[in-house]
Amino acid sequence: MCENCGCGSTAEEPIGISARHDAHEHEHGPGHEHHHDHSHEAPPGTPASAGSTHDHDPGHGHSHEASHSHSHEAAGPDSSHAEAAEARRTLEVRRAILDKNDRLAERNRGFFRARGLLVLNVLSAPGSGKTAFLRETVRTLAPHLKAGVIVGDLATDNDAQRLRETGAPVVQITTGTVCHLEARMIARAVAQLDLDGLQLLIIENVGNLVCPASYDLGEDLRVVLLSVTEGEDKPLKYPPMFQAADVVVTSKIDLALACGYDRDLALACLRRIAPRARLFETSARTGQGMDQWREFLIRQSAERKARDPLGPEL
Amino acid sequence: MHELSIMQSALSMALDQARQAGARQVLVIRLRIGALSGVAPDALQFAFEVLAPGTLAEKAELAIEPVPARFWCADCRREFVSDDLFAECPGCHRPSGELRAGRELEVASLEIE
Repeated sequence: MCENCGCGSTAEEPIGISARHDAHEHEHGPGHEHHHDHSHEAPPGTPASAGSTHDHDPGHGHSHEASHSHSHEAAGPDSSHAEAAEARRTLEVRRAILDKNDRLAERNRGFFRARGLLVLNVLSAPGSGKTAFLRETVRTLAPHLKAGVIVGDLATDNDAQRLRETGAPVVQITTGTVCHLEARMIARAVAQLDLDGLQLLIIENVGNLVCPASYDLGEDLRVVLLSVTEGEDKPLKYPPMFQAADVVVTSKIDLALACGYDRDLALACLRRIAPRARLFETSARTGQGMDQWREFLIRQSAERKARDPLGPEL
Repeated sequence: MHELSIMQSALSMALDQARQAGARQVLVIRLRIGALSGVAPDALQFAFEVLAPGTLAEKAELAIEPVPARFWCADCRREFVSDDLFAECPGCHRPSGELRAGRELEVASLEIE
């Protein structure tokens, strides 16, 4: 269920994942197992199907994240609690309401890092030009970095089709009524991608400036797009999204003049809410600013590999 | 709507924990809600009143502990608290980018019997 807007759906089943151009059977190499449906507990708030019956793999250690009641209360699940039940007592829970997603995201992150993949989570309002921007990014990066793309939308695989024109492997996630991508969906979608030879994984999130901000997917960088047509003060209206941005891209900069875009005001608003984000101003149509963005990604990818304890080869 | 579904998750997390501990009823549910979590405590309170009837937490009190937003200024090497989303370091008046606390959405503890 979306914890944010109450869109009412779960990320469990209605999600469609298609990678039609590449209908290979997939096997998973070491480091990626089919654990997507498994977790130590069924976090309440997820439907009963989310893990009430699960098996534990051998060697699957239990951590204290599965916040069970503490033993000093002498009232374990199966113990007789006749006496204890009389007394008022405190149960420490200390669990994030989005705890399950956060842990799945960490698992994704470890998997990506072990492969030396640089992973972007690209977010914006609908219509900011994410797909055009990414198509141009993937196309012009091709000689330097090979990218794969995961695209999230409520319905249709139009965006995936547009991105496939670049020749890059693309997996479409159709979320049905879910307004954002979750870590679990990414783990499933990644299983459909042939990651060999890829250095960059781009996740195009569902167009929405609210809910996706709360869901870590396991990315290295959050990239938020804002087109010049959306109003200079938009970052102030959607603070959580912009505050969590590592990179903000002003898109459709070729339209700046036509829509009376006030660049100074826009940058001032961005700086207030996202003072440390890297800023880029681009036009996918004219190519303006795309060089800097591309060089940034190439540098980030090199750093990602240099930082990874397993090194660039795997 | 946003808070209704968050409350629903929090409540079922709390009820599961209470049941596992053999509780007959839940007296208090304590949540920690960050100032920058984007969730309004009043709306959570309202959602709780809608959702709690008929559960073990029917008579429970919902206690929401607000967690102030804490920022870190790397230049001055100091931490400061601000409820302003556009926090400036009180030392150098530059905006801080590093949020150290304030986005929490957490079930902290329960009182049960």
